Amino acid sequence: MHELSLIQALFAEVETQLAPHAGARVCALHVRVGELAGVDPELFRSAYEVCRNGGPLAAAELELSFEPAEWQCSVCQADISRGTVLACSRCGEPARLTRGGAIFLDRIEAEIQHV
Amino acid sequence: MCDVCGCGDESRVSLDVHRSLLSKNDHEAAHLRQHFRADGVTVINLMGSPGAGKTALLEATARALAGSRRLVAVSGDLATTHDAERLLRAGIVAETITTGTACHLEARMIHDVMHGERLREAIHAGDFFFIENVGNLVCPAIYDLGQSANVVALSLTEGVDKPLKYPVMFKNAELVVLTKLDLLPHLADVSLAAIRDNISRVSPAAAVLTVSATSGEGIAAWTDWLESSRIGAAQARDGAPRLHQLGPRGF
Repeated sequence: MHELSLIQALFAEVETQLAPHAGARVCALHVRVGELAGVDPELFRSAYEVCRNGGPLAAAELELSFEPAEWQCSVCQADISRGTVLACSRCGEPARLTRGGAIFLDRIEAEIQHV
Repeated sequence: MCDVCGCGDESRVSLDVHRSLLSKNDHEAAHLRQHFRADGVTVINLMGSPGAGKTALLEATARALAGSRRLVAVSGDLATTHDAERLLRAGIVAETITTGTACHLEARMIHDVMHGERLREAIHAGDFFFIENVGNLVCPAIYDLGQSANVVALSLTEGVDKPLKYPVMFKNAELVVLTKLDLLPHLADVSLAAIRDNISRVSPAAAVLTVSATSGEGIAAWTDWLESSRIGAAQARDGAPRLHQLGPRGF
């Protein structure tokens, strides 16, 4: 279950992003999971719930969004449907994954202490 | 000022990040790749299910390339050093990465194991460095290890639909090696054409080879593929640090 490892990466990224904002309280994290990111969203959420307890993200809700996979011809950019042979029917060139292949931390919502 | 719901709360901010959660691993993998290129060693990330025949493929590779190519390997397993012991007996300089509960290898683990002098020197002088990943058709797929190529070993006994069930593993494969070819006459429901077709629906670029580590059939085509994927000395980057110059905190 590599989702735990990804949660550790998420926590590290949040810490880096909030370094300039001492005392910030994180309210929500927006994470986008690609269809072919190799991440099970429910396992990811479960790992997050376990790891956030008692830590700096204890009050931060995890908002997950889903990004479908999209393939295109690597030359002519024609769309190539999922489930078909991943090569362009016109050019014969191999398809390229243009969306849905990764997991991103998109946005952090936080309350910041103003001095 | 809060720009999320328009509540006007000035203490609430929204920070746009848009960063992959694998950024750190990818950065470390890029660093490894730079060192591997400088040393002119071709690195194969060999993945596949437990029992797919990854170790047997490497043993057959050692037999085929004995005396002509210098082979190095690390073997990732949750427990035991059995695979590395088999590879050592086959004549490959090999180390184990014992992952405990982790189901995959990450770039940092490859970096750490290379701090061992024997392995580091062997990679420096080696032609091929095989990273035999943890037996698992899911988790290892998303971690870049600085490899030259991803190779997936899929045994014929696993069934023809595995590429469709595990598309992430196959999508970045440069090569799929169908193993245990000697068992094909006993597998009435297994069609090589069907497996190839399924691979083409999840992987845009993977070549497909069929081999038997037991009979040796197809091993020559596999070693030909390895030769064609070699990083030539001319590609080595001038001035890049050599592996043996990696300090204890090489990154």
